Amino acid sequence: MNSGYDSPMTAIVVESLAKTYQVVRKQPGWGGAWRSLFHRETATIQAVRGVSFRIERGEMVAFLGPNGAGKTTTLKLLAGLIYPSSGTATVLGYVPWKREHAYRKRFSLVMGQKNQLWWDLPAQESFALHREIYRLEQSQFEKRLDELTELLEVRKLVRQPVRDLSLGERMRMELIAALLHDPEVLLLDEPTIGLDVVSQRKVQGFLRHYQDQRQITVLLTSHYMKDVEALCSRAIIINEGEIKHDGPLAEIIDRLSSQKIIQLQFADGEVAEGLEQFGRISERVGPRVKIEVPRTRIPEVLSAMLARYQIEDVGVQERPLEDVIAEFFTTPQTAHAGVAS
Amino acid sequence: MNAEALRIQWFILKTSIAERLAYRGDFALATLVRFLPIVTQIFLWGAIYGAFGDSPRGRLYGYSYGDMVAYSLLVMLGRAFSSMPGLTGGIARDIRDGTIKKFLTQPVELFDYLFWHRVAHKVVYYVVATGPFALVFWLCRGYFPAWPDALTLCGAIVSLGLAFFIGFYIEALMGLVAFWYLEVSSLVFVYMLLNYFLSGHMLPLDWLPQPYSNWILWLPFKYLAYVPAAILLNRYSHAAMLQELGLGVVWVLVLWQLNRWTLARGLHRYSAYGG
Repeated sequence: MNSGYDSPMTAIVVESLAKTYQVVRKQPGWGGAWRSLFHRETATIQAVRGVSFRIERGEMVAFLGPNGAGKTTTLKLLAGLIYPSSGTATVLGYVPWKREHAYRKRFSLVMGQKNQLWWDLPAQESFALHREIYRLEQSQFEKRLDELTELLEVRKLVRQPVRDLSLGERMRMELIAALLHDPEVLLLDEPTIGLDVVSQRKVQGFLRHYQDQRQITVLLTSHYMKDVEALCSRAIIINEGEIKHDGPLAEIIDRLSSQKIIQLQFADGEVAEGLEQFGRISERVGPRVKIEVPRTRIPEVLSAMLARYQIEDVGVQERPLEDVIAEFFTTPQTAHAGVAS
Repeated sequence: MNAEALRIQWFILKTSIAERLAYRGDFALATLVRFLPIVTQIFLWGAIYGAFGDSPRGRLYGYSYGDMVAYSLLVMLGRAFSSMPGLTGGIARDIRDGTIKKFLTQPVELFDYLFWHRVAHKVVYYVVATGPFALVFWLCRGYFPAWPDALTLCGAIVSLGLAFFIGFYIEALMGLVAFWYLEVSSLVFVYMLLNYFLSGHMLPLDWLPQPYSNWILWLPFKYLAYVPAAILLNRYSHAAMLQELGLGVVWVLVLWQLNRWTLARGLHRYSAYGG
């Protein structure tokens, strides 16, 4: 146990954590292949650059960022899979990369594209092995398995070889394997990647219900904002290895988006001309239109529209989180200087 | 080792056996096909003895044709314990594609998984191969010397155990090299080549001239095939056999320690490729 575990309510403490990789760079073509035989050009990749954050017990936090931002690397550090280049971290008071069995019994890592189940065997066999590895009592194991298979609606599938399950069914089995030992911390890396909408919703619904019931600490990475909106109240945004935002999910839109959407429905059944002067038209269907307008101009624009057009219905809404985050990641980072809290 | 650890290992073994039995047809075919090389080897030695000996009953370096057939069959028995098909490549693949993470996040030792998975592989192989092995040995029974005494028989059993441990640790060690060099297939190829010669698979090691035989006999490779065969052919005195087995135990310990050291160093270097 680490003395840096400063409060019994704090589950994860990360201080100036950094991870640097050396990667080989090769010129394309035969010439590059030949030269690389004699001289390997290497480059240093700073996957995580001194990130710091804290997560309290029972929090469900989204860890967002584009591909290569450092999310998965941070999760791997917290799972003890890799050693950091510098900085410290404790999870439940343990230093993850010391890989103590006592720590491994108290957390789980689920990676959407990696299997921990035995591919050629029914999931039930993997679960039975987990029972032994995590030293679960038979009655406790049966109760947990029963509860989890019921919640995830896979009870009938546990005797089917994993290779014969659909991606969505397999992911649900992976979640069961990860939760059988009742971990206090769950690290989820893209748990709904590649799943169809129905499976995504099942996984989301399950995670929400499970976290409500158990109050476990969850750190979730996902490219699906629907996952994030459905599950998390706090988000940490990371890009190029650095934290750009850490706070309530609701604040992201306020802080990162300067626009709001005005939704109008015209009374005469057609969208009026000349709306471009108010903002960018993002959608036009029948008599309805959506216009993105700078949030500071909303009252002024609304008054002007209501005065000029016959409008049957009007509404003002925030831009979808997905659009806001996508825009944030595609806008040059200098434009966001000072965004991180 | 406590009862809990033993119980976990037993479950890893049980689950691994179940996994091995998942592809029954392929496994049975692969097991039977492994007997084909021994048939060609017996014919080859017949041709060699026919050409170089006075007759197929002549002797080469102290081995008659019958001794060579018996030696080849016993080498096959030794290799049934020491060969580890797919072990190096499997470890390298797990490191390369990130599958190894499941062994690093669960409260269990990676080597327990690898070891008991391999034991399962062997157990299923022996169950399937015992019949064909018994048939081949019975058909060739005339080539074998009389049954060895009890001490030699015990020594032979120990030597087969050593063959398993040494084969396992050498191939696992090569797999762990993937922490540094992701592709190890060339290394496996070089190893197979050396192994074929240095283990006594190609020729009995006591055929080699001085000074080569001296240093080759200090290497661990002879335990993979030559030592079990030579013990069962009564080519060692009791004292020499015990000395060989003692050296074999030292090699097991050295290789075990080397594996642990390499794993620890490798994990420090590991960057969890593959997402």
